[in-house]
Amino acid sequence: MKEEFNIISNLIEENTRVLDVGCGNGDLMKFLQENKTKDIRGLEISKEKVQNCLSKGLTVIEGNAESDLKQFPKSSFDYVILSQTLQAFLNPELVINELLKVGKKVIVTIPNFGYWRVRLQLLFKGTMPVTENLPHEWYNTPNLHMCTIKDFYNFCSSKNIKIFKSIALKKSRISEINKSNLNYKNLDSHLGIFLIES
Amino acid sequence: MNKNIDTKKIIISNPLKLDCGKEINNFPIAYETYGKLNSEKSNAILVFHALTGDQYVSGKNPITNKDGWWSYVVGENKPIDTNKFFVICANVIGGCMGSYGPSTINESTGKQIGTDFPIITINDMVNAQHELIKYLEIEKLFAVVGGSMGGMQVLQFVANFPDKAKLAIPIACTSSHSAQNIAFNELGRQAIMADSKWENGFYSNYKLNPDKGLAVARMAAHITYLSEKGLQEKFGRKLQDRDSLRYGFEADFQIESYLRYQGSVFVDRFDANSYLYITRAMDYFDLSKQYKGNLSGAFKETKTKFFVISFTSDWLYPTSENREIVIALNSIGADVGFVEIESDKGHDSFLLDVPSFLKTLGDYINSTYKVINERRI
Repeated sequence: MKEEFNIISNLIEENTRVLDVGCGNGDLMKFLQENKTKDIRGLEISKEKVQNCLSKGLTVIEGNAESDLKQFPKSSFDYVILSQTLQAFLNPELVINELLKVGKKVIVTIPNFGYWRVRLQLLFKGTMPVTENLPHEWYNTPNLHMCTIKDFYNFCSSKNIKIFKSIALKKSRISEINKSNLNYKNLDSHLGIFLIES
Repeated sequence: MNKNIDTKKIIISNPLKLDCGKEINNFPIAYETYGKLNSEKSNAILVFHALTGDQYVSGKNPITNKDGWWSYVVGENKPIDTNKFFVICANVIGGCMGSYGPSTINESTGKQIGTDFPIITINDMVNAQHELIKYLEIEKLFAVVGGSMGGMQVLQFVANFPDKAKLAIPIACTSSHSAQNIAFNELGRQAIMADSKWENGFYSNYKLNPDKGLAVARMAAHITYLSEKGLQEKFGRKLQDRDSLRYGFEADFQIESYLRYQGSVFVDRFDANSYLYITRAMDYFDLSKQYKGNLSGAFKETKTKFFVISFTSDWLYPTSENREIVIALNSIGADVGFVEIESDKGHDSFLLDVPSFLKTLGDYINSTYKVINERRI
């Protein structure tokens, strides 16, 4: 978690306007507030988590990214962050499009379904993968649309979405993803972090 | 009502131009304060009351001898902690607890003003209370807070005085009274005016009081403050002090008895004309219309931080209407938080012991106070 926060924080310029979509209990918001910018908002669907955030004094709105991002004007945030939530939406493509409208830049992090540990479980055990990063069973997972680093990379190029930076994380090892190492990073990383722009 | 009670009062000498076109001056505003204003004057919270509320937010209400209407929220060690904050609440103009209203005595005639009182609006109420803040010499309030009609005043206050409050918390309210809201208010007004003792609003001249009409108005309104589920769980079809139906029109059911009781205690503390005037003010409230149909325009000038709260079972001021406020604020990039609190207690939830509401509100106010003070804004 901490590494992911650091990477996200390093992608963000100081004193900019940030929206954290699916902000959960506000841990990333708090981290960014202390390290980067005071001007940060959150959007979260769970009442309980929204209340936790508000209790900490964080500016969070209860709402659903799939329907409620529309209310924000175009380019009203310098950065919009979607941390490990894309796979939980009914329509991830729509959400990405909304994010790209609301934010001048968008940071998306995805738990990589192409990670070798994940692949091995399906290959050898023949069951849906359950890992540290993907702790749910198939019957109770909130993750509807799992994807791999390569999937997201290809998605961006097919939709003409510019990738400014793409970073792979394995445990605490950070590396850059590029066209030539894509297959390897897709196998060897548990998390992909993308800074994109429409 | 309020005649023999010594209420804290100031006389506003500045003329106040009302929306109806009339001007009032030298009029009283009754208010109450709790806690102490700190030396920087940075801990003041102005609370706005709802339709039948008054300035007695916390502690014992000297008129009813009951707890103040927001005792769950305001008081020592409560979510709005009076050990820390200086809380101000004024009776709205049009009210009957000491502020200028239809039951105020006209000094030249010695009689109550009655329906000669001018029609007032939420805007007028807020402008009058701003005079009180000036009188108290508070340059900037830490927060303005209120539920229901109190929430409407919060919105109007920030629109009128965009740099007077750091934080605004409108709760269970709307930016514009809906047809359903107006319909229920009209029902209440018609009940009062249909009472033969109303005498076109001059009942006090005849030593009369339209108790029956006012009680019916209150009963009808009270239903709108609850939820179907809450009513069903609390009362169901339970009978009142009897084992079987009596085949008559007495209060067979507990819900009937409850409503009759609510009506009867209300007439002891509230003026029928005030009920007419204040419900009218609510019906006239349409903040977006004031800004040419664009609600965002009301908040364009402000840097005030907003926290909007609604309740799941509130069908009088439903979440969708509270969300419209949030959407308007978001569309201009204002600083706004929003949560819908889970509760079966209907619109009344904001007045009651709803733990997740009280905790979220208290924590938010306290952490925001801390952050704002640290930043020394």
